[in-house]
This record gives sequence, structure tokens and C-alpha cells, in this order.
Amino acid sequence: MKITGAQALLRSLCDHGTKIVFGIPGGVMLPIYDALYDCKDLKHMLMRHEQGAAHAADGYARASGKVGVCFATSGPGATNLVTGIANAHMDSIPIVAITGQVRTSALGKDSFQEADITGITMPITKHNFLVKDPKDIPRVIAEAFHIASTGRPGPVLVDIPMDVSLAQVEYHPVNKVELRSYKPTITGHPLQIAKAAKAIAAAERPVFYVGGGVISSGASKELIEISELTHILVATTLLGKGAIPETHPNSLGMLGMHGTAYANHAVAHCDLLIAVGVRFDDRVTGKLDAFARKAKVIHIDVDPAEIGKTVHVDIPIVGDCKHVLSELLKHLQPQEETEWNRQVMGWKNEYPLHYPKDGGLYPQYVIEQIWEVTNGEAVVVTDVGQHQMWAAQFYRCTFPRQFISSGGLGTMGYGLPAAVGAQVARPDKVVFHIAGDGSIQMTIQELTPAVAHKLPIKTAIMNNRYLGMVRQWQELFWNRRYSGVDLSAQPDFVKLADAYGAAGIRIEKPEEVRPALEKAMQIDDRPTVMDFRIAREENVFPMIPAGQSIEEMMVHRPK
Amino acid sequence: MAKNTLQHTITALVENRPGVLARVSGLFARRGFNIESLAVSITDDPTVSRMTIVVGGEETVLEQITKQLNKLIDVIKVIDYTDMPVVERELAMIKVNAETRNRAEIMQLVDIFRAKIIDISEKTFTIEVTGSIAKVNAMESLLEPYGIQELVRTGKIVMMRGAPG
Repeated sequence: MKITGAQALLRSLCDHGTKIVFGIPGGVMLPIYDALYDCKDLKHMLMRHEQGAAHAADGYARASGKVGVCFATSGPGATNLVTGIANAHMDSIPIVAITGQVRTSALGKDSFQEADITGITMPITKHNFLVKDPKDIPRVIAEAFHIASTGRPGPVLVDIPMDVSLAQVEYHPVNKVELRSYKPTITGHPLQIAKAAKAIAAAERPVFYVGGGVISSGASKELIEISELTHILVATTLLGKGAIPETHPNSLGMLGMHGTAYANHAVAHCDLLIAVGVRFDDRVTGKLDAFARKAKVIHIDVDPAEIGKTVHVDIPIVGDCKHVLSELLKHLQPQEETEWNRQVMGWKNEYPLHYPKDGGLYPQYVIEQIWEVTNGEAVVVTDVGQHQMWAAQFYRCTFPRQFISSGGLGTMGYGLPAAVGAQVARPDKVVFHIAGDGSIQMTIQELTPAVAHKLPIKTAIMNNRYLGMVRQWQELFWNRRYSGVDLSAQPDFVKLADAYGAAGIRIEKPEEVRPALEKAMQIDDRPTVMDFRIAREENVFPMIPAGQSIEEMMVHRPK
Repeated sequence: MAKNTLQHTITALVENRPGVLARVSGLFARRGFNIESLAVSITDDPTVSRMTIVVGGEETVLEQITKQLNKLIDVIKVIDYTDMPVVERELAMIKVNAETRNRAEIMQLVDIFRAKIIDISEKTFTIEVTGSIAKVNAMESLLEPYGIQELVRTGKIVMMRGAPG
């Protein structure tokens, strides 16, 4: 029986486990949206900007571990996806973006709403496809899902011209994908693993440096087992939060530019750095030749191109984190706590995270209260900026896929749509969205789908009426020349929430925080927006300024 | 001309599909790798194209180039031929001034290099020369004094010596 290319697309998406797509229709997408109208197996969430659709697919993927799917029409619809795709690419998140395209006969003629989206997204997708023959649709979708979700995950774009989605075709499902040019390495080399085990046994001051790869791979259990067996302490990146519960005695919290002082000291003084599922990003390393300079480096990662990219690696192991760690575990012997452990714990006591306690309303206090009210069990989604760093420092994660934040690209506006995606993925969890007043205004329109679908997201705006992180840099390094950062011209967020149909609460004093949070936790049929009017010029500490090393780490505001 | 920079020759076997060349050159551009020459065409397998790329840069850069190329879904295999026993060839067409008093000399050069004169006009010869890069470079240098009007080179292609292992 013949069906249209559009129907073949939807059927293929369902064959690969897709339950929901986030999108906005348009001219060339009419055949696909018409097919959606009849499709009982696939839910569609209408977003209000395609950037929101891309971030929602991303948040959905991070929270669920599945591939997120978004739709956009040609031209401006497709180009509106670009930021979201680039964001997924930087953080290695599996999404499949389907864009409509002008008819094949109109391609390359500057047609109405035409954009060369495959050209534009070439550097920011793991791969992309332009489908010219409707018979190819099942194979292309199968390949897209395979590429997006295996090896080092990443975004894949599929561009479908309108005549292809209108054409009639016999549907033949494709289950098996054979790509001769793409065969990710899953199992690590046994000799390398043995070498690593030896190095671990011999090390006097080992430390784990763990990131997004451990979360993607689902290697949390193996990591915790090794850490408990050997008493090796664990520092994580922003994307690695939750790989080990941050309430675990072996957790050192986050390392890097705004990481804890004790995590950074541990790395600076270790003699063996065990890097798992990380990429030695500049926010973590600072000045490269000063990073972990006393350490031998073991680097376990599924992407061979990351190994040795910036830092010399003594024991490289290419493979899937979960596979490699479980193999490694078999070679390890129990180890006792040593003087090194005591030394690092000493640093933990000497340099705890801190904030002023002078009766003012401080964001760190708000985050701590959010942690308490949610028992550390909420899915936390952030935007980008100072609030993101405070959330990373003070919200101690207890499970993987709990902390959903734009790391590599640092996209303001990511939070609200990603929170929508995360809540859809985890209807069983409380989703707390921590935002800045700058970030939230970039994608505020996505409150509408949250209200329409009764998603009880709790949005906490850390409102300091500034583009906070930029202001902090201007304060510390640009002589307090606050150029372009004054956000005191802003809407009344409570009135704005109300206008969107969400609940709105304003909090101006510390004693109002807890009651507001508890009220928000009770609201279960629409989003709640909380406007926390926090201290205007609070800074994120510790801070290792860009390109510098732990020697220059600032733990307090300079006098 | 960048004849003195450290050069690496890489061969990539790629899927013969539209856009693959754009992907590879895009990769090189955004990672800051400098392409000195690029030759590409179909192989005996019509689904596979072969790209021969000469890249300028340091040793550490080469490792990243190979790894990043391998990441591309359309790239089937990457071989680094630097320091391997290979046969290399390039073809050049050189249009050189050939006034009457110089013609005999130039024809002698063409003979010595086992090159060919493929076009003649009142004022010029067009010479076709094939050989190793060094040979083509030498031909070019020796013709330079006569005045080169136009020059086109195909870029290097290479093949491993002997039978496949």
C-alpha cells in the first residue's frame, strides 16, 4: 500500500521510539503536519519559537536519555533552530531536527522561505541529510537516529523538500543500519585498561575528573563502585554533575573556573588524573601548562579525537565509559583511605563554599532552600550566567540526568524551553528552572506551551537587574565600567507570569523564600514564576580568571 | 609559494555523495588546517571517491586532522602517507613565452624532462609535464626565466608501493 513521504516520515519516527515532537509548522511542512493530524502514536507540542523547539528536544533528551525530536519549516524556521542545534552539538546531545524544504525543483533559486540549512548546519551537526527521494526516508531516519544516539552523541538534521513529503511511496521499514564509514569503538583496549589499573594501584594522590560522557554512557554505577573500592575522590564538570551523588563522601563537587576550591586543589596536586568522559575544556583547565602539572593522565573517552587534543595523555583508552569502567573494575584491588584523602578533606573544610549572611537576599541561600524543599531530588534546569554557577555550586545533585544546563555553548534562553522538554520527559519529577532576569526574557514565550499543557515547572528567577556574569567581569577586570549590562528596565515578572496564565510570586526578603517555594511546590496544574529580587552586585566565587591557573584563584571578593 | 612548510599527504576514501567535498573543506577551514593542494575523483568503486590532500602544519596538527576527518560520517578511511614508501605524481600545464631564439632551448628542456608540448602559438608553448612534485617544481623553476604566462597544477596523488598488506 502506498503512503506519502510525510506519512513514511512519521511512521519511521515512531519505529525508532519517538513519542513526542516539539515544533512549529509552516508552508513546506503542510504535508507533514497534515499527516500528524491523523497520527495517534505521535504527540506534537506546539512551541512559540523554533529555538524553543530545539532546546525542548535537547532538554527532553538530557532528562530521558532518548533522542529528542524537533520540527521546523524551511527558511526562517530552520535558521531559528541553529542556536539550539549548535548547543546540542557542543554538549553532545542526541537530537534529530526535521526541517521542511522548498520543492526540489525550486532548490538553489532563492525561492520563498528557502535556506541552505544543510550547508548552514554542516559544522554544527554530527551529520545531516537532504532527502531527494521519498524511498530513502526510512533509511535516512534510521541512520539519523543511529548516528545521533551512538558513539559520541550529537544532533542530526534531516531536510525534506515538500515534493518529497507529498510523493507516494511503498513503505519498507528499516531496522538495521549499516554504515561502513561509522563504527564507534565501544570496548577499550585490554592492554590499556590493564595499564590504567596498574597506574591506579601505584598512585599516591589519584583523583577522578568526570564529565558528560559518564552521564551519556550511563556509567554512574561503575564509577561509584570504583570510587568506593579505591577511595579515590571524584570531581565533576558542569555536565558531569550527578554522575556520583554530590552528597556522597567521595564527591568533591564541581571543578574548574567556578568550581569548588577543594576540587581544584585536589587536581592541582594529584599525581594521577583519571579523566572519564571529559574533554579538558578551557573552563576546567585554565592555563594548560599549569593544569594538573604533577599528574600522569589516564583519559577514557568514546571519541578518539578528544584524546590528546589539548593535554598530553599518558594512558589513552578509547571506548564507551560504561564498558571501560566495568572492565577496569575487574582489575582493581580495594585500597584504603590515605593521607591524601585526609589532605583533600582538609581542603574541603578549609575552603567551603560561602556567601554573606547579613540579612540580605542572596541567590546562594535561595538555591540552598530550593535543595531542601525538593530533598535534592528535583530535575534542575538552568539558563546561563551567574545563577547557573550558583545552581551548580549549591544544588547538590543525587542522580544522573538531574542537572540540565547549557555548558559548551552557554546559551542564554536555553532554560525555559529545556525545562518544558525535561518535564515532558519526567512527568514523575519536580522540575525546577533556575533563571537569570536576562536569560529568561530571551525565550519567555515558551511559558505558553507550559501553561497550555499544564506543566508545573517552577521557575526561580535570580533577579539582580543585571546581566550578572558580564557585570562581574567588568567589576573585576574592566574597572567597574558597566557597559551594556543594566537590566533595570524589565517587565514586572509577576504580572508577566499572570499574563501568560502562570502563577507569579515576588520574593524580596530571606524570610519570604521558604513560604514562596512551598507554595510553588503545591501548584501542580501550571508553571510558577518566582521573582527573587536578590542582591544586585553579588559575585560568583571561587573564580579562576580565564587563561589563568589555580595560583590566581579568587576565593573571596578582592578588597 | 609554500614549498618549504612541513607537508603531510593524507588520502581519504569518502562516500561519493553530494556535499562531501564541502564537508571536508569546511572541516579544514574551521579547525585552521591549511590545505596546500586537493585532488579528488571517483575510484574503481562508483560509490567511493578518493581525496588526496596535502596539508601544511606541525606534527601534532596532523594527528588532530586525521582524527577529525575520521569523525565525519562520510569518510570511510583515512591514510597518512607521510614517511611511507609511495609513488607520487602530479600533472601540470605550463604556458611559457617561446620566442624564436629560445625555442630550441625550451624544446631541449621538454625532452630532458620527458614532458610534451601540447600547444603552440606564435609567442607561446603550452607544456604538459607529469612526475613527482619535485620534478614538476623543477620544470617550473627552469621555465620561469622565459616568462610563465599561465600555470595550472592538478595537485598530488599518491599510491603505496608494492602489494596491499
